[in-house]
Amino acid sequence: MTGRPLITKAKNTWCPGCGNFTIQHTLKNVLAEMEQEGQSLDNVVLVSGIGCHAKIADYLNINSFYSIHGRTIPVATGIKLANPGLTVICCAGDGDCYAEGLDHLLFAAKRNIDITVIVHDNRVYGLTTGQYTPTSPRGFKGKSTPLGTEETPLNPIELMLAGGATYVARGYSKKMDLLRAQIRESIAHKGFAFIDVLQICATFFPAADYYSPRVYEMTGHDRTNFEAACAKAREWDYTSDAPIALGTFYQKASPVFGEGKMAAWKPGAVERERAVQDLLRKRT
Amino acid sequence: MRGYGMNEVSVLIGGKAGDGINNAGAMVAQLLNHLGYRIYLYFDYPSLIRGGHNFAIVRGRETVTGTCGTSVDFVLALDQETVERHKGAWKPDTAMIFNQDQVKAKGQGISLQEILSAEKAPGIMGNSAVIGGFAKAAGLSWEAVEAVFSSHIPKGLDQNLRVARRAYDMLATVHPVAPCSNPPAPLLTGNEAVGIGLARGGLEAYISYPMTPSSSLLHFLAEEQEKLGLFVVHPENEIAVILMALGFAGAGKRAAVGTSGGGFCLMTEGLSLAGMAELPVVFLMSQRTGPSTGLPTYTGQSDLLFVLHAGQGEFPRLIVAPGTTEEAVYWSEAAMHLAWEFQVPAFILSDKTLSEGTYSTDLSAVPEVPKGTSLSGDRTVPYLRYADTPSGISPPAFFGTGGAVVKVNSYAHDEAGITTEEAEMVDLMTRKRLRKAETLAQAMSRYQQVNISGNLTAPVALLCWGSTAGVCREVAGNLGLRVVRPVILSPFPVESLKKALEGTATVIAVEENATAQLATLAGEHGITCHEKILRYDGRPFTPESLGEKIRAVLP
Repeated sequence: MTGRPLITKAKNTWCPGCGNFTIQHTLKNVLAEMEQEGQSLDNVVLVSGIGCHAKIADYLNINSFYSIHGRTIPVATGIKLANPGLTVICCAGDGDCYAEGLDHLLFAAKRNIDITVIVHDNRVYGLTTGQYTPTSPRGFKGKSTPLGTEETPLNPIELMLAGGATYVARGYSKKMDLLRAQIRESIAHKGFAFIDVLQICATFFPAADYYSPRVYEMTGHDRTNFEAACAKAREWDYTSDAPIALGTFYQKASPVFGEGKMAAWKPGAVERERAVQDLLRKRT
Repeated sequence: MRGYGMNEVSVLIGGKAGDGINNAGAMVAQLLNHLGYRIYLYFDYPSLIRGGHNFAIVRGRETVTGTCGTSVDFVLALDQETVERHKGAWKPDTAMIFNQDQVKAKGQGISLQEILSAEKAPGIMGNSAVIGGFAKAAGLSWEAVEAVFSSHIPKGLDQNLRVARRAYDMLATVHPVAPCSNPPAPLLTGNEAVGIGLARGGLEAYISYPMTPSSSLLHFLAEEQEKLGLFVVHPENEIAVILMALGFAGAGKRAAVGTSGGGFCLMTEGLSLAGMAELPVVFLMSQRTGPSTGLPTYTGQSDLLFVLHAGQGEFPRLIVAPGTTEEAVYWSEAAMHLAWEFQVPAFILSDKTLSEGTYSTDLSAVPEVPKGTSLSGDRTVPYLRYADTPSGISPPAFFGTGGAVVKVNSYAHDEAGITTEEAEMVDLMTRKRLRKAETLAQAMSRYQQVNISGNLTAPVALLCWGSTAGVCREVAGNLGLRVVRPVILSPFPVESLKKALEGTATVIAVEENATAQLATLAGEHGITCHEKILRYDGRPFTPESLGEKIRAVLP
């Protein structure tokens, strides 16, 4: 199926100024490019969690699995293992992916499953109206922490480097060209690709004035150098005042989980029944 | 052997965890299998790796068994505890064979140390000496031992045979076991039978996190994955297990998961997603004694109502509770076909007794499983994943299907799979799922949903489910009672069950839980149980203990 409209007729309910619009628009452009280059969008699957980010599953007119909170990654893993010919993209939230589903994120990195994870990191729960998330800055006053959170944020870049992710990047919802390049690279990357996208929440954490003067695109950084990637990742800890590096921190070629296994010998019913009969003989 | 009116023999093998008791039991079982007996093997072990007391009871019977008695004809003791703990199981003529290096007892002692050092054999081969000794004590021919060893010992056969022969030559025949007329049958555990059924049902991926008593299915399918052409995954936790399986389903591949109560608790959110998103998946839910960690390696039937009601919201599900390995093969295949035909979650509800027990399995008696119909040819254009249909079943398409945008959704959704909060649409889709439940219930008439055995016209019936099939059948046989056992627990086969109970005056519920969960469920459907016989100490009923309790309540 080609030339389909890439946006559905579903009513868009993101707040005006929401960073999700940029991510959706960028992803739509990437899909259009892929289609122009001759790839069938029938072979693309978008998996979302639950949260403001996840509405993208309703809005983009491609295959989608609108899953449950925190569980984009295991769903995406199952889809990819079932059909390695599919391009599987997760759009996850920061509460979704770093709180509820952190175990899956770490294991996806550890096993190097060939999927792309885009985290819409607005550093606040939007849909549940403004609580702190794992990446909210220390002292963040949300509805569940009116006195300010006493927790130090996770640094997802550092976390993913420690976890063994083979493509680790940070984007920003106000840098569309960079994000487009990052998403394209992630899809092309053989293995687990991770992009933490700093995203504006217009209602609960409108941080553009904080980010815009601090962000810079890395130049001259060697993305194959793990130590350099770790040093860059630690430059900003998601709470202190520091320059915020954007771009790709690390990329590495590494064996992909389950590769080729599904394509290996696929017995028909007759051959399988022969294997069953062999088993029964062994048990007799 | 004596006093049962038929050939019957029970052998208890006990030792420390790590002594290979289960394997020794399996060899004794094969010897009796090749002597023409129908086998049940019960393996009892605490939740530890080394040092605790393990024992296996192998029961051979001329006709089908599926349960163990409380008294035994042979005791094979590898440790002193086997002698002390199981004294209650001895009869006056029970033959005792023991490792005299470790055990003081009356009977026939063997010095395993002497035999092993004479043959320069490793410690684990001591079991072959004990089995050789047993064969002689039971009057088996050496050729029979050789034949069974040859086909069941993959490594070090000659050395094992020499070790066994020394003990065989040392001992006297004290308790001859007469041959029976059955041809040898495959000996399968319940979990292996589930694996075979799932494979026949077209299983493409098995995903599981280890948890007793489901783990042996993970091990079995992992071991056989290349021959059966399966993908076997052991992910980070049970939440990942069920969500990965739903990913497979979305991509059109048949997946199953396996767990026990605690792991299933973690899967319930994913189960509800399967209900809402109408994704097929098969669960092996193998029960153990609860609540919580409970008795990890012991049995129970206390999760029926949990499995029936698990997951938020209302959606159809299939629950089958096989009581034998033949039924486990049949119903695991059927569960897979039904899950995919109706796009529902399906459960194989087992327990430690069935999952880890070993049974003679006659697959020639298993009928062909109806395959059901696929509606994938009836897809709408443009494709609607949740198209409203009279049957409630929407024609399926999967990710990667050319020309179809497939939108799977956990939210309330419209026919296309787009999120909705409109009252009218929510109402429509809820009624669609309810209609699907009705269609599923009607389709169950293809199957024999309720098993009836024993005296079919008796006015007293035992109402049971799952692994108590064997013990109930045996006790009912002795007492002239009827056994009524629903194999389908959801959709509840109320009409078939009422029919099976026609003409009864007394219904006795027999369950391995503390609150009579099947009796409760039957009660909701207007079926009354007059008596309840319950066991909830983690151990299965024995024919003796159950028979005594039933006699006490018989009218």
